[in-house]
Amino acid sequence: MKLVITGNHAVSYGAKVSRAEVIPAYPITPQTEVVEKLSTMVSEGELRAKFIKVESEHSAMAACIGASAVGARTFTATSSQGLALMHEMLHWAANARLPVVMANINRSMGPPWNIWADQTDSLAQRDTGWLQFYCETNQEILDTIIQSYKVCEKILLPGMVILDAFILSHTSEAVDIPDQELVDKYLPSFNPRYKLDVNEPHAFGGLTGPDWYYELRYKIQNAMEEALDVIKEADNDFKKLFGRGYGLVEEYRADDAETLLVVSGSMSSTAKEVVDMMRQEGERIGLLRIRVFRPFPKDEVRRVARKVKRIGVIDRNISFGSEGIFFQEVKSALCNEERKIPVHGFIAGLGGRDMVVESFKEIIRFLKSGDSPKDIRWIGVKK
Amino acid sequence: MEKSDSNKDKPKIIKFKSHKDLPLCAVSLASTRNNKTGTWRTIKPIVLEKKCTSCLLCWKFCPEPCITMENGIPVIDYDYCKGCGICIEVCPSKAIVFAEEER
Repeated sequence: MKLVITGNHAVSYGAKVSRAEVIPAYPITPQTEVVEKLSTMVSEGELRAKFIKVESEHSAMAACIGASAVGARTFTATSSQGLALMHEMLHWAANARLPVVMANINRSMGPPWNIWADQTDSLAQRDTGWLQFYCETNQEILDTIIQSYKVCEKILLPGMVILDAFILSHTSEAVDIPDQELVDKYLPSFNPRYKLDVNEPHAFGGLTGPDWYYELRYKIQNAMEEALDVIKEADNDFKKLFGRGYGLVEEYRADDAETLLVVSGSMSSTAKEVVDMMRQEGERIGLLRIRVFRPFPKDEVRRVARKVKRIGVIDRNISFGSEGIFFQEVKSALCNEERKIPVHGFIAGLGGRDMVVESFKEIIRFLKSGDSPKDIRWIGVKK
Repeated sequence: MEKSDSNKDKPKIIKFKSHKDLPLCAVSLASTRNNKTGTWRTIKPIVLEKKCTSCLLCWKFCPEPCITMENGIPVIDYDYCKGCGICIEVCPSKAIVFAEEER
């Protein structure tokens, strides 16, 4: 069934067809429509789930942890300040190996108050042990939620499905809502080995000293590394059933490219248009969209980077005092390469500043100018 | 999960050799029914039945909660009482007193 829906409603339908059983959530702009739709689905009986109204995002994630620990498939959604408030519980969910799935709408952190697109909120949570998927379209959002449950319940880590504020969250696109039967075939019910059970009580997260804590962390890193293959496998299986696949990264016209743009999220669509335009002018330019940020697909980045002469990484986020966060990751993936590949860092679009064709053309001009790489170039600062 | 014997009084100790033996999350493999947290206690509340007026304040305030009322008199579950003394503090008729814990 095809519907014309916003990115937010694509999230809600994704959770619905994944048969989320417990949904503790707190509304925040621009995520509100996600939980409004889900609470309607629950109250109308379209979705058999417990919707829990909580008093904060910290409580929302705490309730997700409890629900997931008893073996319920758990979902929530948040954005920006709400995600920041969850921070402590994000660590807890991952370290307790609970496959909670949530959507985060990328919105700027205040002050000043700003509700528009900016990836710094989710990227600031990169070390919490959550898988992170950055989506480009509303269809990909819905599909990624289904895929996330498949992956997360296998490796037992939580997953975050991420979409840009307004550009995706409030923009309508045609989205195929997959048949429930097919989703059920793809995604069997969640049945963890260890769960909270009042009839057979066990302590969860109890004190573990220096003698074994270290090994528990080692196992999380192993699971993250394993996740790269699990994501690929889940994506392939998904493609067989539903005809759509996304990969860890998406390569676009990169085969014979000299200049490579590395992008993520909704800006990728505009960047692809620019690649097409420049290709018509005879420029050898290609694009790499990073879809999975945690675990970071280093091998894929290296494989594509080896084809090109120069790389520009475009970040709609910043780690103050350092540089763009995707830029850091790309650079570190390439630092031991035999051939030195110049990597340029660009900051653009913070706080929902539009990233238009000219923004990308300016970046490409820098890349082609022969100037030596810089860690940060700001695109479109009013001087 | 391996089932444990709930009737055993002593905590069950499972020793790991390799990280491969560990459960993924920090979960106790033995049942927590074996964890008698009353062993943390250093002083012990004692109920003086004759002074008790059955007001239920101790029953209400016990944070564990390990006071049950039997025939109007509080009975303390020493398997779980940690000796915090709140029952003694809230008792208006001084019907609960501390005694040294003997082990």
